[in-house]
Amino acid sequence: MNELRIGVFVCNCGTNIGGFIDVPAVAEYAKTLKGVVFAQTNLFSCSESGTTSIKEAIRENNLNRVVVAACTPLTHEPTFRAACMEEGLNQFLFEFVNIREHCSWVHMQQKELATEKAKELVRMGVARAAFLETGEMTDVDVIPSALVLGGGISGITAATALGGIGIKTILVEKEKKLGGILKDLYKLYPTGEDASKFLDKKIKSLMKFKNVEIITSTEIKTIEGYIGNYTVTVKKGEKEKEYKVGSIVLATGAVSYEPDKSKGKDFFNFDGKKIISQFQLENKLKKGAIKEKNIVMILCAGSRTPERIYCSRICCMTSIKNALLIKKANKDTEVTIVYRDLQTYGTDYEEELRKSKQAGIRFIRYNEVKPPTVDTKKKSVMVYHELLGRDIELPYDLVVLATPLVSHADVENISQKLKVPVDEHGFFLEAHVKLRPLEFATDGIFLCGCAHWPADITESISQALGAASKAAIPLLMGKVTVEPIISYVDEDKCSGCGICEENCPYGAIKKDPEKKKATVTAVICKGCGICATNCPEQAISIKHYKPEQVFAQLEAAFKEE
Amino acid sequence: MMEAGRHPNINLLAYSEVKSVKGKAGDFTVKVIKKARYVNETECTACGKCFEKCPKKVPNEFDMGHGMRKAIYLHFPQGIPAIATIDKDNCFYFSTGKCRVCEKFCEKKAIDFDQKDELITLRSGAIVVATGFDVYDPTHLTQYGYGKYKNVITALEYERLICAFGPKKGELKRPSDEKHAEVLGYIQCVGSRSLKDNRYCSSVCCMHATKEAMLAKEHDPKAKSYIFYTDFRAVGKGFQKYIKRGEEDYGIKYIRSRVAEITEDEEKNPIIWYEDTVSRSVKRKKVDLVVLATTLVPRKDAPALAKVLGIELDDCGFFNTDPFTPTDTTKKGIFVCGYCQGPLDIPESVAQASAAAERAADVILAGSLCSQER
Repeated sequence: MNELRIGVFVCNCGTNIGGFIDVPAVAEYAKTLKGVVFAQTNLFSCSESGTTSIKEAIRENNLNRVVVAACTPLTHEPTFRAACMEEGLNQFLFEFVNIREHCSWVHMQQKELATEKAKELVRMGVARAAFLETGEMTDVDVIPSALVLGGGISGITAATALGGIGIKTILVEKEKKLGGILKDLYKLYPTGEDASKFLDKKIKSLMKFKNVEIITSTEIKTIEGYIGNYTVTVKKGEKEKEYKVGSIVLATGAVSYEPDKSKGKDFFNFDGKKIISQFQLENKLKKGAIKEKNIVMILCAGSRTPERIYCSRICCMTSIKNALLIKKANKDTEVTIVYRDLQTYGTDYEEELRKSKQAGIRFIRYNEVKPPTVDTKKKSVMVYHELLGRDIELPYDLVVLATPLVSHADVENISQKLKVPVDEHGFFLEAHVKLRPLEFATDGIFLCGCAHWPADITESISQALGAASKAAIPLLMGKVTVEPIISYVDEDKCSGCGICEENCPYGAIKKDPEKKKATVTAVICKGCGICATNCPEQAISIKHYKPEQVFAQLEAAFKEE
Repeated sequence: MMEAGRHPNINLLAYSEVKSVKGKAGDFTVKVIKKARYVNETECTACGKCFEKCPKKVPNEFDMGHGMRKAIYLHFPQGIPAIATIDKDNCFYFSTGKCRVCEKFCEKKAIDFDQKDELITLRSGAIVVATGFDVYDPTHLTQYGYGKYKNVITALEYERLICAFGPKKGELKRPSDEKHAEVLGYIQCVGSRSLKDNRYCSSVCCMHATKEAMLAKEHDPKAKSYIFYTDFRAVGKGFQKYIKRGEEDYGIKYIRSRVAEITEDEEKNPIIWYEDTVSRSVKRKKVDLVVLATTLVPRKDAPALAKVLGIELDDCGFFNTDPFTPTDTTKKGIFVCGYCQGPLDIPESVAQASAAAERAADVILAGSLCSQER
């Protein structure tokens, strides 16, 4: 092995680190560590000037390992790896030490101790750097076609978008017809457009594309593979068919919560006849004019409660839209909306709320502590009016409950087949709630519409176009680049017990039936290390986190040099 | 930002403005003025020597005037691209013909006082507009006392004050006396949902007020926050849970109310007078600092840009879109995403940005596809 020539760069991050840690002292300390031939401080290591000075230092000092003590790998690892590569140093010989989130930010009140901790963290990073090995990114070919799962407005939009940019697309819908929830709706807010006409128009523009294959009454049987190379087996009745695709858009939607009639007593006396759901009202409106003269709508029926804490987002506007339609058809009909907080966010929806008040729709706020009750004998909704400070009685001949959108019953099944997670309410869980709303942690699978979270048509269309865009990127690039930080198996030690296969959350490690040894599919493996920690023979390790690399770091943590 | 700055297919033209757009979808000719920075972009490494030495101090716009910057400066430390810019209007050399201190200290010899605005002609198949929003100035809403009372600030000013690299280094010191603000009042819907001001709801303020209140508590365990709201709008993923966490773990008090007026006592503590719409009574609350959730409004230059691009604005002044083609403007080949088309939060903007990219790619890629019909 060549002589170790480690360079250490300690970042001030403006004052984020420098304001709380004695950065020059940390750099001076680094110079005393074994193998370190160069150390300096930077105001912003990530800035142009920072990376330029790192590159200069690599060149001038002939560095063969680079340690940057700064923020998180998530924000700037690619920056520093790129700097190394530009100077001809393999990017895996770079080590990142986090002295911001892990140190300065959490120890703002203890500056001296924070400086000591930063020194220790740098010592650990340097110890690990000494054992780093080179690694190479590999390119994997991509099958240039996509699967869209679900044929509601999101799925239709995503498939149309993919078709439009020339990507061979398969749209799978489990029901007989495309359309999802839209099939059962009357008119759409905020345009007032007829839902069925809108849907027909959307389906027609999808049908134009010869490169989109639509298969209805079909369910997914299995999905195997990884980004760029999925094998999807679908089942239509008894017939099975296999497709090869490079990426997947999940658009399986949600369903309107329909209360159980037998338990109606506990749910505003729901009976499905005179006390119905907002979804039922859509159907009723579709069939013809509403004859009832006194209508009370109760919002947050079954949502924002302890068992279903979330707000379903679309119910306020759906209720306002339907109330306006009823009022428009017959201005003598009394419509009262009993609500908790009105979610008419944005520009158009706030305008709809204003219109509905002008149309004479009455709004009464209720408090969750005193929810309204439905008295079927008196045919009245009793609601505690906060401003009057007493109960008021609202006679009804129709009560409409705005129930939330909830996840599909078979969401677990889809989640298991695709190996993607769902949250506590059965909505699919994206990779990052703010920055990666349309992606999963698993590469190659994308998310849109109500499968992610309740969304209206406008929002579903935005998300579907976005998911299509994301899904198209690897297909148009024609290849996927894979990091070498993955697990590898020492076949001599492997006993073929299969524990690793059972525990892998990505399905990346499998027992080879012939060799009776575990084998890793590099593209799927995320390098999480679960297989390694579970292996009873210690036959598995993770490249870039090999035992000697990790132990060197640990030893440095507990030992002064 | 880093990702965009680093992407091999992205050419960033910062400090630049679109002057004219000609042509049609698939073939636009765009003229862009790249403004003179008086700094050579390829040479400058943003080392910071020039701002250290520059003798002229100017209120820092990025810190909403709560801190100072120099006449040669970076808009903000992590900005991309990291290149210093000379603010011509405030530079001593440009006004008096003397100084050139920055030039003397620049090791890279990057200062170039003779630099001129540059006119660049670009050809593109599609255009995506993502120009964001402005913050509403609440000065004329005299009942809140903004501009009159030092300890009444806007939410964006608060963000700068509490930011670790902001003008107070992350210490929540109130403007009047640098005292740590412990009792905070957040007033929602300032200028929003109002027939007199902005008719619409900004959609993000209920959540940012909650976040700000949480930050106050994390900075100072003694901090107490009161949020005065109209309707609490928390419709996004996990938002209700977040509000509950705010209530239970951070002790935030949510008060459904209409704030009538803010006055000030002798110690410059703001006093919030409000009608509690739950208990039906007029109350008052003395606080150390008031944070106004002002409306997020269309950018001042939106009408001018709309004219250059040949696209329409909606009734509120945002770029007009149809609800069911949310990223298409009124002109083919020009797309829009984020707040400039109407209120959205971060995840919605991120999702919509991908949507606009898809629509733009559609114009460019569909042009090369002969077999398909749109």
